[in-house]
Amino acid sequence: MLSDITIGQYYKGDSLVHKMDARAKIIFTVLFVVMIFLCKNFLSLALVGLFVLLSMILCGVPFKVFFKSLKPIVPVVIFTAILNIFYVSGGSWEIPLFLGLKITEKGVSTAIFMAVRIVFLIIASSILTYTTVPTMLTDAIEKLLSPLKIFKIPVHTLAMMMTLALRFIPTLIEEIEKITNAQKARGADFESGKFMDRVKAVVPILIPLFVSSFRRAYELSFAMSCRCYTGGEGRTRMKQMKLHLRDGAGLLFFALGITGVVLINNYFGAVI
Amino acid sequence: MNFIEFQNVTFGYSDDSETQKIEENVIENMNLKIEKGDFVAVLGHNGCGKSTLAKLCNAIVVPQSGKVLVDGIDTADEEKLYDIRRKVGMVFQNPDNQIVATIVEDDVAFGPENLGIDPKEIRVRVDEALKSVGMYDFRNFEPHKLSGGQKQRVAIAGIIAMKPQCIVFDEPTAMLDPRGRKEVMKTAKMLNEEYGITVIFITHYMDEAVKANRVIVMDEGRIILDGTPKEVFVNVDTLKKAQLDVPEATELTHLLIKDGINLNKDILDIDELFDAIVSIMEAKN
Repeated sequence: MLSDITIGQYYKGDSLVHKMDARAKIIFTVLFVVMIFLCKNFLSLALVGLFVLLSMILCGVPFKVFFKSLKPIVPVVIFTAILNIFYVSGGSWEIPLFLGLKITEKGVSTAIFMAVRIVFLIIASSILTYTTVPTMLTDAIEKLLSPLKIFKIPVHTLAMMMTLALRFIPTLIEEIEKITNAQKARGADFESGKFMDRVKAVVPILIPLFVSSFRRAYELSFAMSCRCYTGGEGRTRMKQMKLHLRDGAGLLFFALGITGVVLINNYFGAVI
Repeated sequence: MNFIEFQNVTFGYSDDSETQKIEENVIENMNLKIEKGDFVAVLGHNGCGKSTLAKLCNAIVVPQSGKVLVDGIDTADEEKLYDIRRKVGMVFQNPDNQIVATIVEDDVAFGPENLGIDPKEIRVRVDEALKSVGMYDFRNFEPHKLSGGQKQRVAIAGIIAMKPQCIVFDEPTAMLDPRGRKEVMKTAKMLNEEYGITVIFITHYMDEAVKANRVIVMDEGRIILDGTPKEVFVNVDTLKKAQLDVPEATELTHLLIKDGINLNKDILDIDELFDAIVSIMEAKN
């Protein structure tokens, strides 16, 4: 059951977005975020919506997969929206409520903006994780952050740590299952009792898990050094990242989007 | 020609990192020569020092006294550390703890990438290595979706891609099911025969040791028996004293000889024993 969870959220596919360079996709995601926060009126928000919709179609991931990833954040969206309705005031009309609370025009539009922005943000970042293999993502992060090496930030080491963490997630999940079963076989009870009892019941799982993780790390370090791993220096990569025409097209796509948003903002004025 | 040579090697682990005081020697004054292209099985019960022997071969540990020479290079020479590890690859017991990447082919590429080899050349090596262990069709799989034997073969491919002259297998079959064990043994045999790679195969399974050209039996840090499988397994009593089993057929032969039946002592498998018994019966009739 546990081992069914996917690492990251990669959704196998062969779309244009899947084929894009991972570095480019990370940059595009940042541009997407910029675009979402730049929009100041409903028309530009609609334009961003159009771009979100287009990207969703282009990446070939079914819409219901997106809805699934949005479900857990619905309460957050509603909460922020309600907070904004009461918190922000101003605008051409207002409806006073009890206890001095009131609903104002600006409050409502800010609430809608916030809710839509959060949803768009989730979708934009989901597109990145749905269409990119986690290892490609860490490789891309390593490449993009490599200028930081000047400041002695161990970029390669960080990327390697991320890759190894991803690699060991399924292994550790398997291990948790094994330990849980072993403890159950000795009479451990994980399903009943008060909340605190259940929390305490997890300890006999966590301790063996930690001990075995350290042992694994120790053995892995031997195995890596036996394969001549000495860190990032002098290392080559089998899979070279190359920018293609499609990555350029992506850049154009977002350049158009951002320009559009800025123009609409200027032309029609800001709502928030 | 000797590829690996142990000269009066003594080694012990110390619990105290400051004083480096050694509690007990794991390897005691060992002398050993392993020839290029040989297939050597190392047998011994738990804690006899056989895994330490493996670790001495590619400089994971360095002897406190004596010398280990790999292709003429002293393993104590820290500057040559990675030269040694290029020559001597190592496959560990737990396949999960030696696979680094989330995709099979990326893992095989890890070693050559560390050596700084040209990307195109790496691609060639990875494909070759995966084909040679019969895992090419699984190149885009995630390692956790493979069986233990398959994972171990991926780990072996990762070593082959570095083109070593020798591979040390440190109990590679201990965590595998019988089918996985067969796969790994077959792969090791093939590497030795077709690629001429020197193989040091550490195990506690007799049926695997029987397939080697040379068997070394260890007990308490010393080599107690050394020779071809036939020469070694004749010594049933010595092996039992070292808490080891002998192949079933050899044990049965041993018991039959004790009962006064005239058999050859060096019988290793059931078919051989069967033929011998049949010929005795025929002679009697």
